[in-house]
Amino acid sequence: MSLKKDLISIKDLTKSDIYSFIETAKEFKKISLKDIKKVPTLRGKTVINLFYEPSTRTRSSFEIAQKRLSADSLNIAISQSSVTKGETLKDTILNLESMKPDAFVIRHHESGAPYFISKITKASVINAGDGINEHPTQTLLDIMTVMEEKKDISSLKVAIIGDISHSRVARSDIFGLSMLGADIYIYGPYSLLPVTGFKDIPNVRIAKGFKEAVKNADVIIMLRIQKERAGYHFIPSIEEYRNFFKLTPELLSLASKGVMVLHPGPVNRDVEISGSIINRDKTFIFKQVENGIAVRMACLYMLLGVQKSLEPDI
Amino acid sequence: MKRLIIKNGIVADPLSRTEVKRDICIEDGIIRGAGNGTGDFKKSRSADIKIINADGLYVLPGLIDMHVHLREPGYEYKETIKSGMEAAVSGGFTSICCMPNTNPPNDSASVNNYIINKSKEAGLINLFPIGAISRGLKGENLSDIGELKESGAVAISDDGNPVSDTSLLARAMLYAKTFGLPVISHSEDLSLRGKGVMNEGFTSQALGVAGIPSIAEEIAIERDIGLAKYYGAKLHIAHVSTAGSVDVIRRAKKEGVDVTCETCPHYFTLTEESLLNYNTNAKINPPLRTGRDILAVKEGLVDRTIDVIASDHAPHSEDEKDTTLDNAPFGIIGLQTLLPLTFKLYAEKRLFLHDIARLVSQNPARILNLSGRGGIKEGYAGDITIVDVRKKWKFSENKIKSLSKNSPFIGMDFTGIAVYVIVSGNVISAN
Ligand SMILES: [Zn+2]
Repeated sequence: MSLKKDLISIKDLTKSDIYSFIETAKEFKKISLKDIKKVPTLRGKTVINLFYEPSTRTRSSFEIAQKRLSADSLNIAISQSSVTKGETLKDTILNLESMKPDAFVIRHHESGAPYFISKITKASVINAGDGINEHPTQTLLDIMTVMEEKKDISSLKVAIIGDISHSRVARSDIFGLSMLGADIYIYGPYSLLPVTGFKDIPNVRIAKGFKEAVKNADVIIMLRIQKERAGYHFIPSIEEYRNFFKLTPELLSLASKGVMVLHPGPVNRDVEISGSIINRDKTFIFKQVENGIAVRMACLYMLLGVQKSLEPDI
Repeated sequence: MKRLIIKNGIVADPLSRTEVKRDICIEDGIIRGAGNGTGDFKKSRSADIKIINADGLYVLPGLIDMHVHLREPGYEYKETIKSGMEAAVSGGFTSICCMPNTNPPNDSASVNNYIINKSKEAGLINLFPIGAISRGLKGENLSDIGELKESGAVAISDDGNPVSDTSLLARAMLYAKTFGLPVISHSEDLSLRGKGVMNEGFTSQALGVAGIPSIAEEIAIERDIGLAKYYGAKLHIAHVSTAGSVDVIRRAKKEGVDVTCETCPHYFTLTEESLLNYNTNAKINPPLRTGRDILAVKEGLVDRTIDVIASDHAPHSEDEKDTTLDNAPFGIIGLQTLLPLTFKLYAEKRLFLHDIARLVSQNPARILNLSGRGGIKEGYAGDITIVDVRKKWKFSENKIKSLSKNSPFIGMDFTGIAVYVIVSGNVISAN
């Protein structure tokens, strides 16, 4: 196990790190199925959830994970707080640091913020999404969800569709799934694809069309399109996006029989995915949410465990 | 089965780069092989056979004018789709592409459909619309480019309103690339144009009017080519008018950039001196330049830096042009003068007829992905232009088919004219 105290980027992980997160998450998932969904594992530990961006799904997922592990949580939503008073990120962290937290769960609109914080705190830092950079726990839950259905990730064709340029989910998924050997096809309007491609990742390619991307795909990951993208010239309009980049039943029928459709949420129904697909059993969107809690429990457990083993005399 | 046989003509074929006497057969609108000599197509006994004797005439693949301003919808007093098509027939074209600066501008499927339906009603030749890059041609937001492509647009352009916002143009190139649509750029730095009305130079000095510097075009072409190169996008530059522009494009092509360009007959025929006497019928944008520029444009045509000759047909009413140079709108009509002016380069032995077929048919078809057009080949659309290169005639006002008569060429003597245009095997008399 090569784990560090932080989970900031999927690129920091090895294959076996990813698998041990998933194995641990599977154990924690069993707890979520019990009547009393709580274990004392992290009793006495303090986790600060520091959210500089509005988030419902990820934030509640982390909070539930902390509650089930009996950790003490402190939730700080920054928009109503000190940022408006002009406090720098550094000062905020140094202030909170004096409360001796064991972990920060951080969501920030600036890429690299979790890395910056990790350098000034002794606590574990878990990246809950930074700018357009990464969202590693989302990728772990995506991999967990896929592994529950498919045995061997290295034999899979994965299509990732949409706003690749601005999607931290796409980037983390590309890093994680390619590490595990999947063949990845990305597709979207060229104005939302990375111009330079991905360095040193040979099994990622840009599909020439939607059909090529989804043909015989085992997994299709649809990304969320931000409405603002239309305002900054990236796409003409949401209607255009709906007309040309939405996953329809016809496109889905080109995929492999047991295709799984994933979406990080929240879904713009009938913009990214036809409503009729969401209502069918091909989508695993709700399974993703369920697995999200287990994966985040595993992350907290393992990272705080690492921290402990670094300080054996305590 | 409907069959048309074109006998005894000399076929100028850009695909084989030859000019050979042979017959051509069009069956149900599609070219079905070409024989040599007579009698090759007699075997079938089908009822409906029409024969054209093209003895002494040249047979070219149907000419395509990829830069035309029709004024419908919105400015039907200047030109309608029908009147524009009639002018195009007289000019020898089997296909024309209309720019989106109508009112409302062609930035949506509904306008696109309107234009296409109107052209079908006229029922003369093929019309391929060019959609807007930006919504309302305002240069602010992308138009629904996918929708435009789906409803029949063959390219996108904000011609007449150059896209100043570099990021908008970059995204347009990228987004259009998703749909395989070329971007046609009217490359001009608007801030440098300022209030200019003609080429900046001795003549603008003499007339005391504001000039448009040649660098305004060249600098914009540099930018647009830079974007196309960086993003690997397909770019076509409209109406190249200066020696510097030809140089910039020549260099880019040597570097392997996916760029093509067009010029218009007036840029290898007339100079800024046509505007002496404040002649508003010579006011166009880009403006008429100098003798040096004419030479460079001709060189660009010969060495294939320039891919296409298009008319930039831009009708304006007599009332609009009958005013001061400052006040008159930019633009001249050109559908009926493109071919005879281009024949001057044939007479000067700079171009073969198969070169003209390349510049006015093959390359426009290739740039706009008009598959099955731009050549005389088995399976291609039965679009043919038959020309008489020896016919002498005068371009008088009463010969103009356009609703507008704003041409600096009225009264000029020409040699060479279109005799027939054939669209999907249907013969239309051109002149
Ligand atoms: Zn123009």
